[in-house]
This record gives sequence, C-alpha cells and structure tokens, in this order.
Amino acid sequence: MTGPYRRPVPSTWWLHNRAYFLFMLRELTSVFIAAYLILLLILLYRLNAGRGAYESYLRFLGAPGMVTFHVIALAAALFHTVTWFNLTPKVLVVRVGARRVPAPIIAGVNYAAWIVFSALVAWIVLRG
Amino acid sequence: MPDPTITLEIFRYHPEQNETPSFRRYEIPYREDWVVLDAINYIKDHIDGTLAYRWSCRMGVCGSCGMMINGTPRLSCAAFLREYYPNPVRVEPLANFPVERDLVIALDDFMHKLREVNPWLIRAHEQPLSDGEYRQTPDEVAAYKQYSMCINCMLCYAACPVYALEPRFLGPAAIALAQRYNLDSRDQGRSQREAVLSSEDGIWDCTLVGECTVACPEHVDPAGAIQRAKLASTIDWYKRVLMPWGGR
Amino acid sequence: MNEISEHDIIVVGGGAAGLRAAIAAVQADPRLDVAIVSKVYPMRSHTVSAEGGAAAVIKPNDSLDEHINDTISGSDWLADQDVVEAFVREAPHELIQLEHWGCPWSREPDGSIAVRPFGGMKIERTWFAADKVGFHLLHTLFQTSLKFETIKRYDEWYGTKLLVENGRCQGIVAIELRSGQVRLLAANAVILCTGGAGRIYPFTTNGAIKTGDGMAMAYRAGVPLKDMEFVQYHPTGLPGTGILITEAARGEGGILVNKDGYRYLQDYGLGPPEPWPRLRAMELGPRDKLSQAFVHETRKGRTFAGPYGDYVHLDVRHLGEEKINTKIPFVRELAHRYAGIDPVHEPIPVRPVVHYMMGGVHTDVSGATPLPGLYAAGEAACVSINGANRLGSNSLTECLVFGARAGRHAAALAAQHPPRDRAALAAQARDEASRIAATFIRKDTGAERVAALRAEMTRAMEEGTGIYRDEASLRKTCDVLRELRDRFPSIRLDDRSLSFNTELIAALELDFMLDVAEAVAHSALARTESRGSHQRTDHPRRDDTRFLKHTLAYRTDAAPRIDYLDVVITRWPPAERVYGR
Ligand SMILES: Cc1cc2nc3c(=O)[nH]c(=O)nc-3n(C[C@H](O)[C@H](O)[C@H](O)COP(=O)(O)OP(=O)(O)OC[C@H]3O[C@@H](n4cnc5c(N)ncnc54)[C@H](O)[C@@H]3O)c2cc1C
Ligand code: SF4
Ligand code: FES
Repeated sequence: MTGPYRRPVPSTWWLHNRAYFLFMLRELTSVFIAAYLILLLILLYRLNAGRGAYESYLRFLGAPGMVTFHVIALAAALFHTVTWFNLTPKVLVVRVGARRVPAPIIAGVNYAAWIVFSALVAWIVLRG
Repeated sequence: MPDPTITLEIFRYHPEQNETPSFRRYEIPYREDWVVLDAINYIKDHIDGTLAYRWSCRMGVCGSCGMMINGTPRLSCAAFLREYYPNPVRVEPLANFPVERDLVIALDDFMHKLREVNPWLIRAHEQPLSDGEYRQTPDEVAAYKQYSMCINCMLCYAACPVYALEPRFLGPAAIALAQRYNLDSRDQGRSQREAVLSSEDGIWDCTLVGECTVACPEHVDPAGAIQRAKLASTIDWYKRVLMPWGGR
Repeated sequence: MNEISEHDIIVVGGGAAGLRAAIAAVQADPRLDVAIVSKVYPMRSHTVSAEGGAAAVIKPNDSLDEHINDTISGSDWLADQDVVEAFVREAPHELIQLEHWGCPWSREPDGSIAVRPFGGMKIERTWFAADKVGFHLLHTLFQTSLKFETIKRYDEWYGTKLLVENGRCQGIVAIELRSGQVRLLAANAVILCTGGAGRIYPFTTNGAIKTGDGMAMAYRAGVPLKDMEFVQYHPTGLPGTGILITEAARGEGGILVNKDGYRYLQDYGLGPPEPWPRLRAMELGPRDKLSQAFVHETRKGRTFAGPYGDYVHLDVRHLGEEKINTKIPFVRELAHRYAGIDPVHEPIPVRPVVHYMMGGVHTDVSGATPLPGLYAAGEAACVSINGANRLGSNSLTECLVFGARAGRHAAALAAQHPPRDRAALAAQARDEASRIAATFIRKDTGAERVAALRAEMTRAMEEGTGIYRDEASLRKTCDVLRELRDRFPSIRLDDRSLSFNTELIAALELDFMLDVAEAVAHSALARTESRGSHQRTDHPRRDDTRFLKHTLAYRTDAAPRIDYLDVVITRWPPAERVYGR
C-alpha cells in the first residue's frame, strides 16, 4: 500500500493553459508599473535637486531604451486596467429588483469613467 | 467502412500495486450521443473491470463525476465525445486533489472546508414552526440563489492555481457557500462566518485568477462570490475602525 | 477484522429520508450518538435529481381532506388511510421546517411560499424551488446536518448485511470503500433509508446507485417486502438516457401530443382537452394512466419512431422563454444538453420510463419493520401512502415525514440501551467478510461478467414486468431471474484488490437487485387483477374482494413466499378512479 498519490505541481504550471498564462502576465504587469513609479519618484527628486539634475534626467529618459520601456509600461498598464475593469462586474453586484445589472453595463460604466478622466487629464496637460 | 472508434487514454493508479501512475489506452466504439462517462462505463463493463471512478446521476446534478478531460476540469456526464472526436480523449482525475485510485480523488479536505464555513441558517431567534414560513420575496431569493446552485463537484478547485500551490486555501466553493448564507435575508450569522472567511487561508489568498468561474458547470460564479466577500469584509473593517461605536 | 464501531443509532443512507431521520433522532434526544452510513457522499444521493416539487397543504384554497382524497384515489385505494392521514397532517410542518433550515423555496411576490399544480392533484399544492427541488432539499438537509456534532458520518461505506441477534437488529456490516476493509457497526437501532431500485430496469430515471440494497438487506433478514409489483413509469423521460423531464413542465402548462400533433390523452378517459392546464385532467392526470395511454398510442401507430424506441412530444413552447427560464430552467438545460433541442423553439421527445418503486420494506406508520430494532423510511420503505400509484411530489414529502418519524421512534428505542451481543455480532461479521472474500475476491473460477448478467436481468424485467403484464411473460421473467440467480456464483471479477474496488460493489449490487427483481416479478405474478401501475392484460379489472390487500413477499431459498395483508380503510371506501371531469 502506498496510499493516495499526490501529483506534483510543475513550476511551469502557468504555461499549461492560456488563462493561467494571461493571469501571470497580469501579475507581471505590476513589475512594469512599479518600475515606472520608481522612475517617477526619481523625477520628483531630481526636480527638487535643481534644474541641471532635472534636465539631465529628462535626457536620460529620452534615450531609446527608456522610450521603449515606457511604451511597454503603458501597454502593461492598459492590459492591467482592461482586465481589471472586465472583472469589476464580478465584485460589484448591482440589482434592480430580482434582476442583476448585466456585466457589460457595469464594466461599461468603468470604461466611460476612464475615458472621462483621461480626457480631463489630457485637457489640463495639453491646455497649457 | 468499419464502425468508427475513438481512443481514450486513462490515468491509472493503484495504491496496492504502483508507486506512480501510468496511462492506459482503450479503443472503443464511437457514438455521437455518448458522453465521456458513457465511454468509461463501456470500458468498465466490456473491457476492463478494474477501472475505478465515481458517478451516479448521469445528468449533471449529483456532482460526483468530475474529471480532467484533455486537461480541463469537466463533468464527464456532460462532456460529449463529439467535442473531441476523432482525436483521442485524455482522462485524468481532478487536478489538485490526492488520488485514491485511478480517477477517484480524496475529498476529505473539501468536505472539511465545507463544514468550516458554518453552512446552515443561523438565527438569533427561531420562529416556531406553527407561525409558518419566514417571509422572503422573490427579489430576496434572487440575492443568494446563484450561490445556492453549487453541486459540490469541485471542478473549481481543480481549476484554481492558488489551491494547487496552497492546499490550505479555503477555496471557491466553500467561500461561495458562505456567501450563499450571508446573503440570505433569513440568516443572521455573517459575523460567525467572518472569522473563517478572512482568516489567513480565507478570501485574501485569492489572487483573482478567475478560472473557478470558467470551470463551474452551474454558473455559481465562485470568483465573484470571493470578490464580493472581500468587498464586504473590507467595508466591515472600515466600519469597525472608523466607527468603533457602531456596535458591529 | 477487529474494530467495532458502536453507535446508538445507525442510519443507512444519506438521502432526504436518511438525513431527516438522523436529524430527528439527535433532536429527539441530544445524548444519542447517531451515525449515517452511505455508499456515496450524502449530497450525491439520488434525492438530488428530483426536479418538480414536494406536496403539502399550505394555501387557504386547499384542505387536508383534499390532499388525502387525491392521494388515496391516486393510489387506487391501496394506500393505508390512517397512514395517509398522518402524512398529510404532518407534511406542511415538515416543509416549513425545511424552509426554516434555509431551503430556497420559490416565493409569491408577498414573500409567502409559492405552489404549482402537479399530476393527479385537484388543487395546486406542490412547493418548489424552480425545478431543482430535490437538489435544494438535499443540500439544505445535508448542510443542516453538519451543525449537529452528534451525527457522525461514514461516507462511502457500503452496507452489505444487517446483523440480527437475539431477534433484534443490532447493527450492520459494511465495506469501507477506501480501504476495502469489511467492518462491523453495532447499534441499538438501524434505520434503512437506502432509496429505490429503478436500476433493475434498463431504462430508468434513476441514477446508478439506486439498486435496492436496503430492500434486499431487510428481505434477507426475514422482513417482508410490500407491494413490490407496483413500479411507476413516469410518462416523460428522454429517449435513450431516460433522463427525467419533470411533471412540473406539464404543471406549468406543457402538453403531450402524438405524431399528428393531437392531444391524445383525451382518448383515454382523461377528459376534454380545454382549457389547460386543468387539474386532475389531461396532462395533469396520474402517471399510471398517462404511461398506459402512451402504450395504446404506440399500438395504434400514432407515436414517432426513433432509434431509442417510440416517443411523443412534450410541448412547452407556448409558455414562452421567460416562463421557461424562471419556472423550469433545468428542463431547458437537460433537453438542450441531452436531446439536442431547445424547448423554447421545439417540442421535447419523451417516452415512459421506470421512475419509482411504490413497494419496499414493510413498515408501520412509525417506520418500524416487523424486526425489532429495524426501521425504514423513504423510497426504500413501504408504509404505505403510495399504494398502487404514487402521486408526483408526494415522495419527497414522504421522505421527510416518515424519515422524521422513524428517527424519533428509533431514538426512543435506542435510549433504552438494550444489551448488545458483541461476540455474536463479531462472529457474524467475520462470516460476512469471509463470504465476500470467498465469493468474489479470492476466487479464480467462473466466467460470468457482472455487466452481462445485469443486462440480462434488466431485459427480463422490462419484458415481463413493464407497463402491461400477463401471466406468460411474468412466468418467463421469473424463470430467467431464477436462472440468473443460479449463474450468479460463477461471476468472476477482473478486480481482486481492496482499495476502491467498484467492480466488487457492482457485483454486490447485482446480487441485491436479483433479490428485489424476484420479489417484483413474483408479487406481480400473484396479483391477478389490475390496479394502478399494475396492469394485467389477462386480468384487466380491479378486484377489491380478493385484492384490496397489500402483497407481502418473504424471501426463501426458492421462489419468494407471497402473503397478503388487509389495506386499512377508514373514511374513504373504494370507488372508481375518475379523472378529467
Ligand atoms: C429523476 C427523479 C425525479 C424525481 N422528482 C421527484 C419530485 O419532483 N417530487 C417527489 O416528491 N419525488 C420525486 N422523485 C422521487 C424522490 O426523489 C425519491 O423517491 C426520493 O428522493 C428518495 O429519497 P431517499 O432518501 O429514500 O433515497 P435516496 O436519495 O436515493 O438515497 C439513498 C441513500 O442510501 C444510500 N445507500 C443505498 N444503498 C446503500 C448501501 N448498500 N450502503 C450504504 N448506503 C447505501 C445511498 O448512498 C444514498 O445516500 C424523483 C425521483 C427521480 C429519480
Ligand atoms: S462552485 Fe461550481 S465548480 Fe465549484 S464545486 Fe460548486 S458547482 Fe462545482
Ligand atoms: S454523474 Fe452526476 S454529475 Fe455526472
């Protein structure tokens, strides 16, 4: 008698199905977002340290590698946002009588709010 | 033309005979209207009586026949051969559970977790039966009905990578069951379930993979139940911290 | 084997009846320790598949007398009237109890319980939770049972034998599936709640576990099986699989039509077809009449022919998608998955299918069998409220009412702590273990396969004991069953191991089913009249002078011995069964 058999979990488990892979990808996006935040903090620090420091940092950010990084970080942020918004209907259950407000509407409200806020930010930034 | 056949590759493990599992191939007649369970029954009846698995209702409601079919957790009585034909079908016991034998997994852990969430109606005062039923409007029924549809098939556990890596995790169905009672207008026991739900191995272990909901054959949406439990628990926490006089 | 597990009460079976009995026992006497032994985890019990509802008088337009009337005429006067009265009186209480335990019953807009019409009932009184009533009922009971620490469970333990010592039932022998060990469980009282035996037929709504084990165990312990010839065919099963399409589909307004689109029930004394749904008429007539009408339609060549036999159409299209989705969503799901059609747009193909055993272990009104210490309830038992034909939605309620009664009475007996003959019990259990080992595990001879014998048995049952029966076909079936009994010892298993040996369980189930099948066939042969679900073409009349009696079948080494017991008639003298008017 060897008793119940426990199947090992391979370290590559997240490569075995698309959903797990996308999940890992979503988790991975946090790394990019975290890195982006660090760059942003340094930016603030440099700004505080004086004009020269700030401008050299801006040059550093303008380097092709850094631009590539920002593009990736933006994609990651978008991916995270979209997947997250698509999940909100699961968390937020709104009922009108016995009927549940359908998921697309709840997610839709999120997207709408997102567009409005983005437009607002764009307006503030681009105005001046 | 010879009659069509289909191949099943079935996970075999016998605690008295093997240290490790193996796969065995069976070629059987292919029938359009057969589900995987029919195929397995055919093997048991006509080819190999030693194959062990669970089933009963064959109509997707008793919850006993869950298996990994080509890597996906399914009820074998609701997975049709025609979805796979002419390719072979690989059948394994539900993932993330210890295997007793062949396709039979051990569900002690699951049964224990069901009990953990106090899945019964809790009330401060029982109304005597002679006073009749507790009133509950159709809207109030609808508030928890979805979470009461769980057939305990455990497909959601087989789909959950968090449970795979951390078997102590309370898991999707047990949390959905807690929510089923928490959202029932007749119930007053939410605070008693809170300790288990927000314990170390409770709702906060969930990283929102969402595969439990995809796997669930009854549209229980356990992922949703977990997220709602998180939200409710957070709101409770704020209430406690910000309004300690609130009395709850 | 040296372990003995001792309990005050052992309940065999974790379906509606078993769980209700266990809870009633610990509530009656919290000091008692109660064990539930079940061959499957309780939530897998076949109660889970019941769809339509549970009957009890709750609405002001209804009365206990109406429910009693419907039940007695439905039974073709074979039900015991004192028992029916007790049943109808306690039914509302039990369903409200379920409500208080959390059962998600469907509601009226004001929050009170909603009811739907059901076949053979003159007033709508069937409580429902959409169309997964058995599922909700079972899970509610199971979850509630978890609250009681004095209820211990033996999940996936297969009972093989009742232990009788000193004229009392003192426990059971069971196989623990996981280890394959044969164990002794001793108790002051045993309650059999092992469900029905639909699997003795090839085409049934019953799941794989409904193999009549408890009936056979009691039968072997000398307890008679009552009214076994009464086997209910449900008029609407899916051809091929036998999956049930609930009577609620007709309760909500579904109609049955033949291949010409004609509502053929009007030709069989079930009344003029309009307006519908009309209670106790047409599609809401009793199941025996509806299934019999189908056979006549087939003979007239007015049914559809299909690969799995003839069928007719159950049409619910006129109910509309909205109503189908709220009232009978499971019907839609099942038809879609297993018949490949969407009932919103197409009629559902259906044919009669074996559904329910009216007969069972003989008990009195408190669930006690003639063997002291042994009780029975639920589909395994025959108290009897169902007589010759059960009304749909009476049996879930029966499980609750008589489960609770058996639990309470067993508790009273167990509390007296009668002495236990441990040594004798252990010896019996050792013998049982050796028997199982010698007949199945340590045996290399023989060439019979379980599945092959089982197929022959089910075929014989269908041929001889179907909707219509006669002496010649019944005799033939009895002979085939005897021959199968003789061949049974030559069974040879592929699987000789211990752990989770499901082939061994299948063999033991077949052994039990052969006993139950013989009781059915011989009881049917001896009843030379037609009543309810028992229709003899050679004796087409009901014969109250000779057969206003329950059949009692006793096991012998040869054919069963058949005896009779008077039906209890109180206020409702036998009359003609009238429907449709
Ligand atoms: C498809 C379907 C639909 C139905 N719909 C309705 C309906 O709408 N309304 C209605 O009133 N009735 C309905 N019925 C009938 C009703 O569901 C059953 O009669 C009832 O559920 C039987 O319950 P039970 O507790 O007696 O047995 P079950 O629920 O069958 O439970 C039997 C228990 O006994 C255990 N057991 C059996 N043998 C052994 C053994 N050897 N050792 C250990 N344990 C054992 C099993 O594990 C199980 O736990 C329906 C039946 C079917 C099949
Ligand atoms: S939540 Fe769904 S998948 Fe999980 S056990 Fe329940 S029915 Fe099965
Ligand atoms: S056999 Fe019951 S769910 Fe598949």
